[in-house]
Amino acid sequence: MQPESWIAEYVWLSGKNTYNDVRSKYKTITNISIEQATVDKLPEWNFDGSSTGQHRGDNTEIVIRPAAMYNHPFLQSAKVVLCECFYPDGTPEKNNTRIVAKKIFDAHTADEPMFGLEQEYFIYKGGAPFMWPENGFPAPQADYYCGNGSQVTGREIALEHYQACLRMELKISGMNAEVAPSQWEFQVGPCVGIEEGDHLVMARWCYQKIAEKYGLEINYEPKPIKGDWNGSGCHMNFSTKAMREKGGIKAINDAVKNLEKTFLDDVKFYGGDNNQRMTGAHETSKLSEFTSGIGTRHTSVRIGNDIAAAGQGYFEDRRPASNIDPYLATARLYSSSMGYPGPAVDCLEPQAWWAELEAEAKKNGQ
Amino acid sequence: KIVMPPTPWVAEYIWLSGKNTFSDIRSKYKTVTNVDYDKVTLKDMTNWNFDGSSTGQNKGLNTEILIKPVAMFPHPFMKRAKAVLCECFYTDGTPTPQNTRKIANDFFNKYKSDVPWFGLEQEYFLFKDGIPFEWPQGGFPAPQADYYCGNGRQVCGRNIVLQHYEVCLEIGLKISGVNAEVAPAQWEFQVGPCVGIEAGDHMIMARWVFQKLAEQNNIDVNYEPKPIKGDWNGSGCHMNFSTEAMRLPGGMKEITAACERLSKTFVDDVKFYGGDNNERMTGHHETSKLSEFTYGIGTRHTSVRIGNDVAASGKGYFEDRRPAANIDPYLATARFFTSSMGYPGPSVSCLEPQVWWAALEQEASALRKNPNVSKAKL
Repeated sequence: MQPESWIAEYVWLSGKNTYNDVRSKYKTITNISIEQATVDKLPEWNFDGSSTGQHRGDNTEIVIRPAAMYNHPFLQSAKVVLCECFYPDGTPEKNNTRIVAKKIFDAHTADEPMFGLEQEYFIYKGGAPFMWPENGFPAPQADYYCGNGSQVTGREIALEHYQACLRMELKISGMNAEVAPSQWEFQVGPCVGIEEGDHLVMARWCYQKIAEKYGLEINYEPKPIKGDWNGSGCHMNFSTKAMREKGGIKAINDAVKNLEKTFLDDVKFYGGDNNQRMTGAHETSKLSEFTSGIGTRHTSVRIGNDIAAAGQGYFEDRRPASNIDPYLATARLYSSSMGYPGPAVDCLEPQAWWAELEAEAKKNGQ
Repeated sequence: KIVMPPTPWVAEYIWLSGKNTFSDIRSKYKTVTNVDYDKVTLKDMTNWNFDGSSTGQNKGLNTEILIKPVAMFPHPFMKRAKAVLCECFYTDGTPTPQNTRKIANDFFNKYKSDVPWFGLEQEYFLFKDGIPFEWPQGGFPAPQADYYCGNGRQVCGRNIVLQHYEVCLEIGLKISGVNAEVAPAQWEFQVGPCVGIEAGDHMIMARWVFQKLAEQNNIDVNYEPKPIKGDWNGSGCHMNFSTEAMRLPGGMKEITAACERLSKTFVDDVKFYGGDNNERMTGHHETSKLSEFTYGIGTRHTSVRIGNDVAASGKGYFEDRRPAANIDPYLATARFFTSSMGYPGPSVSCLEPQVWWAALEQEASALRKNPNVSKAKL
């Protein structure tokens, strides 16, 4: 008997960014049943790179190789398949940052690096934050964070996303309304190594589907509204096996000392335009200095009170912006914390503000 | 033996952030993965924390506020989910100043054997875009007469009120009744009978449910004691109360003893009965004056009313009509209990001082010297 056909939606990143340039197409699978399907049984596929700006020259095929598989949140009897991109000669496509990160994670598996990422974002409609008054501003920030009442906007959308991700069995550990109206956050984790990037990218893909359905946009800009309105971050919580064990606070302190050495290049991995968000106000620190503290929210790194009390656990890097590439950012935080060679700065699109950052840091004697 | 990990489910952690206990009710969601939804009990729910600097609750640079679960209910709007009411603590373990539940609970635990019961009558207005729901723009509806418990197109807002009632009952909140009130778009639900701290918990949860419905329908629930000036009712939260001794035969004696005690502490008691309550307690619209303490049988213009049925049977409960709609139910119930029983109770320093207290104290002092109202004889 031929197995019943089912649909696989192949998903890949096309390089402009890792939050809305998330592409996909559908394939009907006929040779294996959905119950028997695993990611390694799914075939490689390809797409027209000239339609996404990814091709090199006249040979326009980009190969998509399945890397992870999830329940489809919206289609019955279907799966979502996250893929990596390769040129026809087998070399990784230049935006394939997953393979760069995976190489670093695979080099030191004994560390068991665990991540929890706090993805902040705004819901937008027609180019402005969702349900903000036309040509005006809502009441100042005070009552929105975790609020309940008519001042809160967008909850139905945030909840639909939360529940769709749980159906996909993504590790979404929580969700809350954020400080600005129509700003929300979901948390991805705890995930080990490459899984963090995968689950965050898949959660972002899921949100693109929901945005499409309602005619909305999900805005991941670090500072979308100028003035006394919060920007959007993606704080990264991180630990290794050693940090989670008894006496792990020593490993945490060692990591924080390492991060102080490499901060100038580290922050380049923490999101384009992040300089607009990291002003020192709105619970941020300044990118041109590295600081840490217990329970503090105005420092680069925060160690929770509960961690300090227990002497073991994890720590939080508060610098990353909401628009990070989670593969590169997690691999860089990991390798810098541990003093390993990490992804090189030339993986990144150079930014105009880096020169200013380096000058300011030099002035502060860093 | 290999056991399947439980299917994840969602817990919404709820806390009071201090501006008030009716709209400044915050919450966030947690995916629970370590305990089965069908087997979970309150003690399985772990402590959590949030960023106090985003709600104005932090002291200095250490911004974490701990939230400790104290009560759990099925979630009113999400399947396979729970609503978890919490208390707030600083990281050193001390309660935050907004944690009035702990203050109240300490008193209720101390005097457990009295078994204090409460029934609270929560009045409120439905508002939309800054004016009462369905009132005419730039004008007023017909004068009060036909709205109280009315039926007909003069009544505004019943759908959302009934939705609130049904949802609260579904999640196990003790809502004993609902009615349309004297002003158009004004309603009341009653919470009780609850023992001790439960009254505050069920009241807060009912208010949280209303915040959710308000958000969904883009309306506001208005708990101001006197939202519309003029010949329009204000909103109160009358408190019905009894101890076990009052409910037993001969309990009438305990009720009158409690009223006598309340007449001694009333100037400080009323401070617990809602900010701006002076605007509501005019002596009109079925209110009494805050600067004197009076009680009577079946009377609605006195501070306290003892029902005719209670007087006839010689036992039962009594009603304090002074509290306003915007009370902190934890502090108000604990204060009412301790003052009725002559116990030390929550201190006035728990409260935000109000400008009108000075005038109240002066007026009370003046009236005491020349009393012109006598207590109704029983």
